[in-house]
Amino acid sequence: MSIVTSQKAPADTTANLTLEVKQNTVWVERLHRRHQSEHAEIWDLLDEVKDPEIPVVSIWDLGILCDVSVESERYTISITPTYSGCPAMDTIRDDVSAALCRAGIENFTVKMQLAPAWTTDAMSPLGRQQLLEYGIAPPGNKVGGCLLTPEAGIRCPRCGSEQTERISEFASTACKALFKCSDCLEPFDYFKQI
Amino acid sequence: MSEILKKPEAVNLADLKAATLDYTLRLADDSLILGHRLTEWTSNGPFLEEDIAMSNVALDYIGRARMYYGYAAELSVDGKMEDDFAFLRDEREFRNLLINELPRGDFAYSMVRQLFIDVFNSLYLPKLMQSNDQTLAAIAAKGIKETQYHLRRSRDWTLRLGDGTEESHERMQKAINSLWGYTHELFELDSLEQQLTDEGIGVDSTLLRAEWLTQIESILSDATLSRPEDDWVVKGGRTGYHTENLGHLLTEMQFLHRSNSGCEW
Repeated sequence: MSIVTSQKAPADTTANLTLEVKQNTVWVERLHRRHQSEHAEIWDLLDEVKDPEIPVVSIWDLGILCDVSVESERYTISITPTYSGCPAMDTIRDDVSAALCRAGIENFTVKMQLAPAWTTDAMSPLGRQQLLEYGIAPPGNKVGGCLLTPEAGIRCPRCGSEQTERISEFASTACKALFKCSDCLEPFDYFKQI
Repeated sequence: MSEILKKPEAVNLADLKAATLDYTLRLADDSLILGHRLTEWTSNGPFLEEDIAMSNVALDYIGRARMYYGYAAELSVDGKMEDDFAFLRDEREFRNLLINELPRGDFAYSMVRQLFIDVFNSLYLPKLMQSNDQTLAAIAAKGIKETQYHLRRSRDWTLRLGDGTEESHERMQKAINSLWGYTHELFELDSLEQQLTDEGIGVDSTLLRAEWLTQIESILSDATLSRPEDDWVVKGGRTGYHTENLGHLLTEMQFLHRSNSGCEW
């Protein structure tokens, strides 16, 4: 299945992503924080927690998982909301707790962290690739890119065409906009860059 | 000597905390009440995409309200929780600006209100981001990103409907005329906000009106609409004097929580 979908994806996507990621300091800082952390097993454990709305992408890859720290033998897991009104946050908090409990960790707090505000730049290259394979056009990189969703030209995640147009600024969730492809005629979600 | 100096300082800190709590509740009430009004479009939008867009904007506001109420709960000394502020206060205790509580009206009316508030937020939130209060600054930093999307949409609709058919133009102008007198309250500064502005926590919104007017006049002009005269003004939200609409809104919004105390859904 994954072979079929990756063939559908535009061939140069990975190369573009790699280039963008090198300039993306937000993502690089996150990666650095994880690598420097002394609690690798917790980070690894939380890789199994997926976004409830996009169940193929983990909260780490979406940039929702911010930090893991420990004080007096108590873990603090910091997560940040994507949008102010993201209704998935309560579920994510519960899923994080459940994942820790399953691993026998009971002494922890899941903390909602507001600053710095979440940005699509916090997403990992893998997360962007997974979005694409799931049928959601991934966000552009803010470095050198325009901030607001364009009216047209977001590459179709199904056929790769750029002959697309925006139908609505908001789609199934606040973090996405709705597009239509003029070539394959399919509608698709675009993960808005913020 | 040092003891004498310490005491007033301690009082001032408690006073500042109480003032910050009141200020946070004002911002929370603005977001919640407008967010609730927007939810009234859910399943009533003119078409599916617009229905979804309205609901998404509503979610942004309600999410913002939750962050403000959550912070108010942290500042509160009597153990109040987020839900206590939203569901267990009466009309006179709400401090939202009146423009937020007015009924949703037709689509033109709701869009004009969004335009007025979106332009206001696009000026207000960047200032709040500079607040010495880090939580308020963080909430503003999240809010401004969403506001950019909100504003583009309400601006687009204003242009499309204002410069649209005779009927859409007429409805937009009527909405502008009906709402204009409620916009003055956005730029008021009372003693509480003055105190917080002096402390570098609050925003002096009186300084924002000139830029707000410039931007609104430009959008209205592009949309072939006109700016009304400043010949009537309604105020009172910040002191708890509301229009009759707020009571009805709260009745619906608070009913479930009040009749099933402590329920979660």
